[in-house]
Amino acid sequence: MSLTLEQVQRIALLARIEISEAEAASTQGHLNGIFALIERMQAVDTRGVEPMAHAQDLGQRLRADAVSETDRRAAFQAVAPETEAGLYLVPKVIE
Amino acid sequence: MITKSLKQLGQALAAKEISSVELTTLFLDRIERLNPEINAFITVDRDQSLAEARAADARLAAGTAGPLTGIPIAQKDIFCAEGWTTTCGSKMLANFVSPYDATVIARLHGEAGMVSLGKTNMDEFAMGSSNETSYFGPVKNPWDRTRVPGGSSGGSAAAVAARLAPAATGTDTGGSIRQPAALCNLTGLKPTYGVVSRYGMIAFASSLDQGGPMAASAEDCALLLNAMSGFDERDSTSLDRPAEDYARDLEQPLAGLRIGLPREFFGDGCDPAVMAAVQAALDEYRKLGATTVEVSLPNSHLSVPAYYVIAPAEASSNLSRFDGVRYGYRAPDYDSLDDMYMKTRAQGFGAEVKRRILIGAYVLSHGYYDAYYLQAQRIRRLIAEDFVTAFKSCDIIMGPTSPSPAFKLGERAADPVQMYLSDIYTIAVNLAGLPGMSIPCGFAAGLPVGLQLIGDYFAEARLLNAAHRFQQATDWHQQTPIPI
Repeated sequence: MSLTLEQVQRIALLARIEISEAEAASTQGHLNGIFALIERMQAVDTRGVEPMAHAQDLGQRLRADAVSETDRRAAFQAVAPETEAGLYLVPKVIE
Repeated sequence: MITKSLKQLGQALAAKEISSVELTTLFLDRIERLNPEINAFITVDRDQSLAEARAADARLAAGTAGPLTGIPIAQKDIFCAEGWTTTCGSKMLANFVSPYDATVIARLHGEAGMVSLGKTNMDEFAMGSSNETSYFGPVKNPWDRTRVPGGSSGGSAAAVAARLAPAATGTDTGGSIRQPAALCNLTGLKPTYGVVSRYGMIAFASSLDQGGPMAASAEDCALLLNAMSGFDERDSTSLDRPAEDYARDLEQPLAGLRIGLPREFFGDGCDPAVMAAVQAALDEYRKLGATTVEVSLPNSHLSVPAYYVIAPAEASSNLSRFDGVRYGYRAPDYDSLDDMYMKTRAQGFGAEVKRRILIGAYVLSHGYYDAYYLQAQRIRRLIAEDFVTAFKSCDIIMGPTSPSPAFKLGERAADPVQMYLSDIYTIAVNLAGLPGMSIPCGFAAGLPVGLQLIGDYFAEARLLNAAHRFQQATDWHQQTPIPI
């Protein structure tokens, strides 16, 4: 398979990465080279093989429902691009 | 002092032959002199390092020091360290000063009392095999400054090879500890998935990422792994197992050790000079009493294709957090929330990171999930089962770490697929979650060659034993680039 220019632009939109016409064209070439490598997987018959998501078969651990962390809001917000009154500022979403 | 082992440095500190402040200053001075050329470090902070060294000296004086207290170490810039700029090699985090410590940092510095020399350069978000995708410029291989140090832990590898640091941390998602260790003549260990906490280690592909030590010898790696590893309730995939002394079996004889040689790692596609060094190393192992047996990893040729579905899929999810809202870069001009996301991510990420996010977004999207993502996960199981079968007839698998020695800067940068194939021998180990090492085993046209050792789950002590005995019989690991 190979990706069309429109598909490249579509996945860039899904991934929220702005992409120019020129970038989309060069990205298309690179992605198609990578997908040619990935396509080698398709020759393998994997019927009946259980997908492996993880190296260890682990369940999620549970912990007591108790406070374990201290309040570090000020320190964590200090690294944000823009905050006010303890809130993260973003462009207006609802007019 | 700059070529002493960690054990020797610990003894020198304990015997008051040198203080931690003096030792730290020695390495900081070397960094100041040599780093402008090698570019192994992104961040150096003399004041913070010396403050840590003074605290270590106080512990040494008070008699509360451990075996690593006061010894300097370089930290890959993927580990969040409180008060240190933590960039992950990206413009996205170029000004991010971490408000907290990764568990690896807390253990090595807070508990073990090691001293941070700074944060090392790396491929952006650990995506690369040459350190050329770093926003902070490529790292030069101290063995030949026209060549790459490998990646993604290229800065850590170059720093230790040039003895700008006695040891360093790395992380390995598809070979990022082992391949740079091979290209820079170091010993590097990627532990079994779940042995070293991922808390505070900036995520690339969460089911594959694993931190580990990079140093001059297996003995040094064992001491570092003792300090880095162990259960951490803050990492949901951390394994709750009894603590181990990874140095306990270092001196065991190798008589009777069964070494498996996968026929797929000894065929075409490997530089003949690399293969010659690997074969000579295997002869040395036979002299030490080991036997070799041919094994097969019949699906290993599928590891790179499966990896380039699974790792980008996980990365596209993990890197969605970089949206310009809570931390990191935000584009200066935008006209809506969506536009802010799009521009922030377009400007903050480099080309390779964007490519992998796009691959991941595609293979996870509706209509392609089964054909790509599920197929890759099924192949992942086949690859893991190949190892289970192979370990029925051997104790350790060996082969080359990388199909070639260090390549020229720029040589593969334009062709992602060529770059991906640098990791053809290392990726299967991550997919299976097994421990793997690279140790120096010779030279090809003056450039270091690494021997890869792969163990069964939790066989770190056995790998370190095999590596240590080899290093007692050979001196490849003691070779340093001249002048260092």
